[in-house]
Amino acid sequence: MTLAKPRMGRVIFDGLFANNPVFVQVLGICSTLAVTNVFENTLVMCIGLVFTTGLSNFSVSLLRSLIPGRIRMIVETLVIASWVIVFDIIIKATLPEISKALGAYVGLIITNCIVMGRAEAFALANKPLISMADGIANGLGYTWVLLAVAFVRELLGSGSIFGVRVLGEWWTNWNIMVMAPGGFFVLAILIWIVRGRMLRSKEGVR
Amino acid sequence: MNEISVLSIFLAAVFTNNILLTNYLGMCSFLAVSSEVKASAGLGIAVTFVMAVTSVLNWLVEQYILVPLDLVYMRYIVYIVVIAAFVQLVEMIIERVSDSLYAALGIFLPLITVNCAILGATLFIAIREYTLPQAAAYGAGGGLGWAMAIVAMAGIRQKMARSRVPRGLSGAGISLVITGIMALAFIGFSGMIRVN
Repeated sequence: MTLAKPRMGRVIFDGLFANNPVFVQVLGICSTLAVTNVFENTLVMCIGLVFTTGLSNFSVSLLRSLIPGRIRMIVETLVIASWVIVFDIIIKATLPEISKALGAYVGLIITNCIVMGRAEAFALANKPLISMADGIANGLGYTWVLLAVAFVRELLGSGSIFGVRVLGEWWTNWNIMVMAPGGFFVLAILIWIVRGRMLRSKEGVR
Repeated sequence: MNEISVLSIFLAAVFTNNILLTNYLGMCSFLAVSSEVKASAGLGIAVTFVMAVTSVLNWLVEQYILVPLDLVYMRYIVYIVVIAAFVQLVEMIIERVSDSLYAALGIFLPLITVNCAILGATLFIAIREYTLPQAAAYGAGGGLGWAMAIVAMAGIRQKMARSRVPRGLSGAGISLVITGIMALAFIGFSGMIRVN
């Protein structure tokens, strides 16, 4: 484990920034982008995603020597689906209103490409603990991007954050931000800013 | 809510409630494949077919297996297994029956199991408590709407290959912008039918 320590830091940094699943790999935006018009719902969805990637990476890694190569995809899917069911039951019991608002989207974490992608690319080849760290780091890397999108959308679209109105009466809500196109535009602009920075800093190094 | 006619559910799934443009589902394969019209059309057909059939299959499974056995909380696992099994089956049949069809669609089929749009359609149907004909209409319409969006997108991207895009925005960024504009255009349909 002493050897794994420095790598652990690397893995976490990659998931959060250097290899961020949204900016660099553009994966997994399907299931969560739809709920980013309300900050609170996004937060719950993202917690679910971190929970699922962390634990499914951990379990897939534990099982990795037992899974036959040919059916590994379906085994991974089943592991992921089981954890999503656990999460779904937890939020149904503790946050029934948000659970209702999220509706089908909690179930769609199963087909979020990040979860599957990390299980396939990392957990199958690495030890359980570091796999779990990788899963959590990627989940968090995804979370901060989506929360940023949700922040902009809720602020401009409803003039509020966490359901609390922060902009005064003078503010006219941008309805487009609450509707579907807003999500596409905000994410695109965010990707533009971050990728532009990345390109520039790469050139600076050279 | 259950009295919406089958035709309006179908039209709503294609236009006003397009599963890609209003629910953001199926984005991953959408962004990855939509750079070529031919490949997009292939994937679109495959998605439409699989979505139409699995929506009905999962509806039957829900009504006749999960509800009587009180296993509704297991629905996610069961749905995904039904979808995976069906895709596998279709792949095997196509492989035996037609080489040219397999060459055209074969590579897309494994992608479909993890396409969120397929599972999404099934989950929406379950949550909105559609009847069987409604479920079939929603599945077929949803798939068709998705196919239409990806083919349109591929057409635009082919044209765009010749234009200059700021470097940070090229690739995924500009695709998202285009999708956003398409979604904006589709909002124009929303007065037509009101379905949730």
